[in-house]
Amino acid sequence: MRTFAKGLTGLLGFFLLWEITVQAGVLPDYWVPPASEVATTFVELLGDREFLLGVVATLLAWLIALGVAIGIGVPAGLLLGSVPALQSASRALIEFLRPIPAVALIPLVMVTIGSGPDAKITLAVYAAVWPILFNTIYAFGEIDPVLLDSARATGANRRQALTWVALPHAAPFIFTGVRVAASIALIAVISVEYIAASEVGLGRYILEGGMNNGHLDQVMAGTVLAGLAGWAINSALVGSGKRLFRWADTEERATR
Amino acid sequence: MSITTAAAKRGRILGSAAVTWLVFAAALLLWELIAIGADSVYFPRMTEIVATGADVLLSGPAWRLMLGDAVFDIVLPSLATALGAWALSALIGVALGTALGRSSWAMDYCGTLISFLRSVPPVTLMPAFMVMFGIGVQMEIAAIVFSTLWPIVLNTVDGVRSVDQVKTDTARSLGTPRRYWIGMIVLPAAMPKIFAGLRLSLSIAILLMVVAEIVGGSGIGLRLSTTQSTVQYPEMWFWVLLLGVLGYALNSALLAVERLVLGWQPTRGDDA
Amino acid sequence: MSTMLEVSGLTHQYGRGERAHVAVRDLTFTIEAGQLACIVGPSGCGKSTLLRCISGLIPATGGSVRLHGDEVSGVPDDLAVVFQDYSRSLFPWLTVAKNVEFPLRWQQVSKADRRRRAAEVLESVGLAGVGKKYPWQLSGGMQQRVSIARALVSRPALLLMDEPFASVDAQTRGELEDLTRRVQRDLGSTILLVTHDIDESVYLADRVLVLSKSPAAIVADLTIDLPAERDQITTRESEQFVSLRGEVARLLQSPQVQRTGETAPETPATAGSDAAHGAASADAADSATTDSAKAAAAEAVESPDETAASRS
Ligand SMILES: Nc1ncnc2c1ncn2[C@@H]1O[C@H](COP(=O)(O)OP(=O)(O)O)[C@@H](O)[C@H]1O
Ligand SMILES: [Mg+2]
Repeated sequence: MRTFAKGLTGLLGFFLLWEITVQAGVLPDYWVPPASEVATTFVELLGDREFLLGVVATLLAWLIALGVAIGIGVPAGLLLGSVPALQSASRALIEFLRPIPAVALIPLVMVTIGSGPDAKITLAVYAAVWPILFNTIYAFGEIDPVLLDSARATGANRRQALTWVALPHAAPFIFTGVRVAASIALIAVISVEYIAASEVGLGRYILEGGMNNGHLDQVMAGTVLAGLAGWAINSALVGSGKRLFRWADTEERATR
Repeated sequence: MSITTAAAKRGRILGSAAVTWLVFAAALLLWELIAIGADSVYFPRMTEIVATGADVLLSGPAWRLMLGDAVFDIVLPSLATALGAWALSALIGVALGTALGRSSWAMDYCGTLISFLRSVPPVTLMPAFMVMFGIGVQMEIAAIVFSTLWPIVLNTVDGVRSVDQVKTDTARSLGTPRRYWIGMIVLPAAMPKIFAGLRLSLSIAILLMVVAEIVGGSGIGLRLSTTQSTVQYPEMWFWVLLLGVLGYALNSALLAVERLVLGWQPTRGDDA
Repeated sequence: MSTMLEVSGLTHQYGRGERAHVAVRDLTFTIEAGQLACIVGPSGCGKSTLLRCISGLIPATGGSVRLHGDEVSGVPDDLAVVFQDYSRSLFPWLTVAKNVEFPLRWQQVSKADRRRRAAEVLESVGLAGVGKKYPWQLSGGMQQRVSIARALVSRPALLLMDEPFASVDAQTRGELEDLTRRVQRDLGSTILLVTHDIDESVYLADRVLVLSKSPAAIVADLTIDLPAERDQITTRESEQFVSLRGEVARLLQSPQVQRTGETAPETPATAGSDAAHGAASADAADSATTDSAKAAAAEAVESPDETAASRS
C-alpha cells in the first residue's frame, strides 16, 4: 500500500473510532457529537455561502499575516545573522519577547487596534515572525566556513559567494521557518477570531457554536476544517520544499 | 581546550551578556521616554508598570518575604497547572513516541493523523473541553495536554528513529539484553530530539495556560481580561510582561536541565 | 591447537526474487584458536556481510557458523566486534569508562570489578586516565582504542574487527596495528580482522584469506611466516614482506577475482619498499572520514525546526 493510502487509512480509522465510541456510549454524546453528525454539518457548511465567506476572510488574513511576517522576519534575520554584534546585543530582548504568547497580547491589541481584521493580522504576524527570524539567523550563522572559503578559492568575490553559496545554503532553512510560521499564523488567526470575537471568520463561527450550547457539531466541524486546512497547507509546503530544495535534507527531517 | 582559550571564551561570553542586558535596559528606557512623549492611557510608562507590578506581587507580610496574595492565588496556581499538564504530556508523549517510533509500520498509519491533530487549533476545542471537563483546572489541563502532546510525540519518534545501524549492531554484539534496550540505547540516543520537543511544548503550555484561563476565568488569563475591561492598563501591561519573564525563566531552567542531561553532546555551549 | 571458528558453506543473500543480491557465496574456512587471521578483499565484496553473519548479527541465508563447536544463532556471549565507524559505535552519552564497562553490565560483574577491569583494559590500550572524558573529546585514533578496549574487556574468545583502522591517519594506523598484535599475544585471543588494505593484512596477520569480488569467495589462504616480533619500518622493508604483499596483490588482480567483469582496481601494489601506508590498497577511496566534528555538523542540520519556536 502506498504511504498516502496508509496515512488516509489512519485518519479514517480515527474518525471511525470516534463514531463507534460515541455511538456505543463509551463517550457520552453530550461530550462530543458522533463523527457522522459532524461530517453532515461539515458538508452542509461547504454549501453555506456566509460560512465560506468567513473562511475566505480567515484565509485572507492568514495570507497577509504570513506575507508581512516574511517581510519582517527574513530581512531582520539576514541582518542579525550576518552581524554577530547585533545578534548578541539583541539576544536578551528577543529571548524576552519570544515567550510572550500572542494570546496574552489580545487584550492589549483590542484596546489599541480594536477587534477588526487589523487585530488578528497584527497578532498573527507577531506569532509567525519568530520561526522565520530564528531560522534565518540560524541558516546564516551555521554556514560552513569551508564552503565559503572554497567559493572564494574559485575566484568568487564576497558578494558572489554570498549570492551563490550562502543564499542557496540558507534557503531551505528559511523555507522551513516559513512553513512552520504558516501553520502558526493560521492557528493564531483562528484563535484571535475566537477569543477576541471578531466579526467574521472561522474562529468566530466556532465561537458562536460554542456559545449556543449544544452546537458542538458546529464547533467540531469548524475545528476539523481548521485542522484540515492547516494540515493541507503544511503538506503542500513540505512537498514544494522538497521539490525546490532537492539538494538539501532539512525538509525531510523537519516534516516529522 | 586549553585554559587560556577557555578563559578568553568565558570573558567573551560575559562581555556579550553584559552588552545584551545593556541593550535590554536601553529598550526599557526608550519605552519610558516614548511613553512620556506619547502620553496615552493605553501606553503607560515603564516605571508605572513596574511600580504596579511591585504593588501586585510584593504587597504581602514580611514573613512571606513580602510576596503578595497575587503570587499565591494567581501566579503560582497558573504555573502549577501549566507545568503539571506539561509534565503529564511529556510522560505520555515520550511513551507514545517511543512505541510509535520503534514500530516499523505504526507511523505509516498514524503519521498523517498526528500531523492533522497538530494542525487543529487547540483554542477552538475549548468549548468541547468545557463540556467534557466543566470549567476548572481539569479543562485547563486537558487543553494543555492536547496541544503540547503532538510536538513531543513527533520529536520522540524522530529521535527514536535516529538510532543508527552501527549503534544497534554494537549494542547487540555487546550482549545488551532486550529489556534494557530502550533505557540504555534508544532513549539516550533520542534525548536531544526529545528535549527539543519539550522546549517547544513548554512555550505552547504557557500559551494554552493563558487561553484556558481567559476562557475559563481564572489565574493570569483572568487578570489579563479583567484589567482590560476595567481599564487598568498599567496592570494589564504588567501581566503581559510577566508572562515574558516567566517564559524566559522557564525556558532558561529547562535549558539548564538539558545542558546537565545532555552534557555529553559535543556541540553544547554558548548557543543558548 | 583447537578450532575456534568453523565457517562452512556460508551464503548470504540480501533481498528476494528479482532484487536478490548474493553478497557471500558458499564460504568455507576455519580459524584456529590463538590465530590472528586477516581477510582481505576489494571494497563491496561482502566482507562486512561475512562478519555480520559470523557474529550472529544477521542470520546467514545458507550454511553454518560454529564457534568452538556451538552453532551460532544470535550473538554469542564470548564474541566481540570492533566496527570501522568508531564515532558511531561508541555511545556518545556515556563516558569512555562507562563505554568500556558497558558489556560487563550484563554479566554479573560487581560495580567495583567493572570499574577496575575497565581501567585495566584502558591502560593496556594506552589510554590510562581518560576514563572520565566523553568519546568526542578524544582523537579518532584514541576513540578506536576505546572501542578495542570495550571489545576486550569481557575477554572474548573471538574478536572480530571490520576494517578497524580504515578511518584513522597513517601514523595512528601503524600504532593501532602494533597494539592489536600486542594485545592479541598478551591475551592469547583469537582475532579475525577484515580489511581492504593489502599491506595491513600482511603486516598484521599470521594468515591471510584473500576474497574475490562480489559475491565473496576465498581465492587463496596464505600463511604469513614473518617473525612474530614485527616493526612498522623494518618488517615492511623486508624482502619476505614485499614478496608476500606482491603475492596478495597479484591474487587480488587475477581474473579469478575479477570474474564479475568490472573495471580492474587501481594498480594495487606500488612496488618499492617505503613504509608508507595505503600505497597498496584494494580500494583506497573507501576510508571515510568520520570525525566527530562532521557528526556534529550533521546533527546541527537537524535543528531548524527546533530553533523555531512554534507558538501562536
Ligand atoms: N542491507 C543490505 N541490503 C542490500 N544489500 C546490501 C546490504 N548491505 C550490503 N549490501 C550489498 O552487499 C554487498 C557487500 O556489502 P558489504 O558486505 O558491506 O561489503 P564490504 O564490507 O566488503 O565493503 C555490496 O554490494 C552491498 O551493496
Ligand atoms: Mg565493509
